[in-house]
Amino acid sequence: MNEEKLTFSGPHPVINALECKACTRCTLVCPKHCLVLGDELNARGYRFVKYTGEGCVGCASCFYACPEPNAIEVHIPVAEKKTEA
Amino acid sequence: MQEKVIRTRGLYQTFPRKGGSAQTATHYCPGCEHGVLHKLIGEALADLGIQDRAVVISPVGCSVFAYYYFDTGNVQVAHGRAAAVATGISRSRDDAVVVSYQGDGDLASIGLNETMQAANRGEKIAVFFVNNTVYGMTGGQMAPTTLVGEKTETTPDGRDPAHCGYPLHMAELLNQLKAPVFIARVDFSDMAKLRKARSVIRKALEIQRDGKGYAFVEVLMCCPTNLKMNAEQAKKFVAERMEAEYPLGILRDRSDEVAPIHRCQRDYSKETLDKIFGLDTDFAPDAVIDEAAPTHALKMAGFGGQGVLSMGIIMARAACSAGKFVSWYPSYGPEQRGGTANCGVVVSGHPIGSPAVSELDVLVAMNRPSLEKFLGNVKPGGLLLYDDSIGEVTAPAGVRALAVPALKLATEGGAARATNTAMVGVMAALGGIPVPDAAYEEAIRNNFLGKEKVIPANIAVFHHAKEWALAQSL
Repeated sequence: MNEEKLTFSGPHPVINALECKACTRCTLVCPKHCLVLGDELNARGYRFVKYTGEGCVGCASCFYACPEPNAIEVHIPVAEKKTEA
Repeated sequence: MQEKVIRTRGLYQTFPRKGGSAQTATHYCPGCEHGVLHKLIGEALADLGIQDRAVVISPVGCSVFAYYYFDTGNVQVAHGRAAAVATGISRSRDDAVVVSYQGDGDLASIGLNETMQAANRGEKIAVFFVNNTVYGMTGGQMAPTTLVGEKTETTPDGRDPAHCGYPLHMAELLNQLKAPVFIARVDFSDMAKLRKARSVIRKALEIQRDGKGYAFVEVLMCCPTNLKMNAEQAKKFVAERMEAEYPLGILRDRSDEVAPIHRCQRDYSKETLDKIFGLDTDFAPDAVIDEAAPTHALKMAGFGGQGVLSMGIIMARAACSAGKFVSWYPSYGPEQRGGTANCGVVVSGHPIGSPAVSELDVLVAMNRPSLEKFLGNVKPGGLLLYDDSIGEVTAPAGVRALAVPALKLATEGGAARATNTAMVGVMAALGGIPVPDAAYEEAIRNNFLGKEKVIPANIAVFHHAKEWALAQSL
């Protein structure tokens, strides 16, 4: 489902443009204002939200505010645990 | 680098039940918060590890198709009946986690009675009540929860309490009852409130996981389509206007005080059911499928008190003991005596879809009104048996008609009151129903259990009437 390539080193949203219905609930709750509604249309005829590419702190507010189950995920890097001998 | 991914859980990944295109999207309008609530419930069910025990009940309303989405057991029920069905599921499966998902029209209007009764019984249900102040699916009419002054399709000048009353406060109403364990009201109008709602939803489902009883969560939402608002306006409407009428909070939490409710073990085995219904005898064998056997539709009709319902029961029991599929379907007025009564009996070689009979193989009419009412329903080639006290009868062409002197036959047989048994004897002779005499005798014995004195006379009436009928020419 991920259309954007995972090129971010920090936490970031992964937006499935096809599933966005342009309601903007995510942009309204993002504390860092790093989501914006684009002007292009997806295959279903909706404008869709995009990540500006910086500022995400991984709070997942966008995920919880989004009504569509498959439109947005939040990926948060975690340090790999050292395997115990 | 490993990643933690926050994504939807507890819902299906695709929604094939939805059909059509876009089987990865919900059917909800853009900006509608049903999807948010679905995600929060799904996440909690997944986190608590109770998806396999969960049955989500879809209502009537916009969320009628909730069963497209929840990766759980699902039932969709008639308008407002979720609490009744939830009760049935909860009581038949003690370990079920029952979730009812209902809107304000469904729960607070047509389903108000069921809701109050289920809450008052303390049923083990998590109720998620979506209050968005309008009937959404049908186009934005006034709901019980519409705010005073709020414009809807049916209150174009705003809700006027002098005409329409006041918004119904479901959480507060239920909070008057003793049994509920948990009652709360939440909304998603900002992230702090949404996170609070998330923990409240989880709590309601934990109570179900632990079998502790009734949990009610009212979720305030705005219907952006019918209220003609964008997401920002909708959030403001919820935070300012709805919260002013419906204050948020946990109204009650007794979850730490109450013990789990354990219902008794249910047993739906055939042996047990047969025992309950008195079918654990040699005279109620399992019906045998015989597709070649004809289906007989019988109607017996008369005054209340003439025994037409017992006549039908004797016919049905006799056919049942002969291994047939049977149904018996009574219809009668409110009068104890003197009203009209009738029953339809179907005897078949295969399972019976409907007990209603419209095309009759046999009509037994004990009085003239019954005769006139049902005569037109007798099939060509069908049989009309009418009590001879009715007088002259003109049967339709192709219908075999016989006037039966039921009182005379019953009197001669030794039980003047057994006119209905006399008719059974005539049907046994002429009805073409493949049931042996022994089965009729057993059915008569069964019918008069507790009144053993009358059994021999009724059996004598049966045989006397049958012999009389065999001697008639049709």
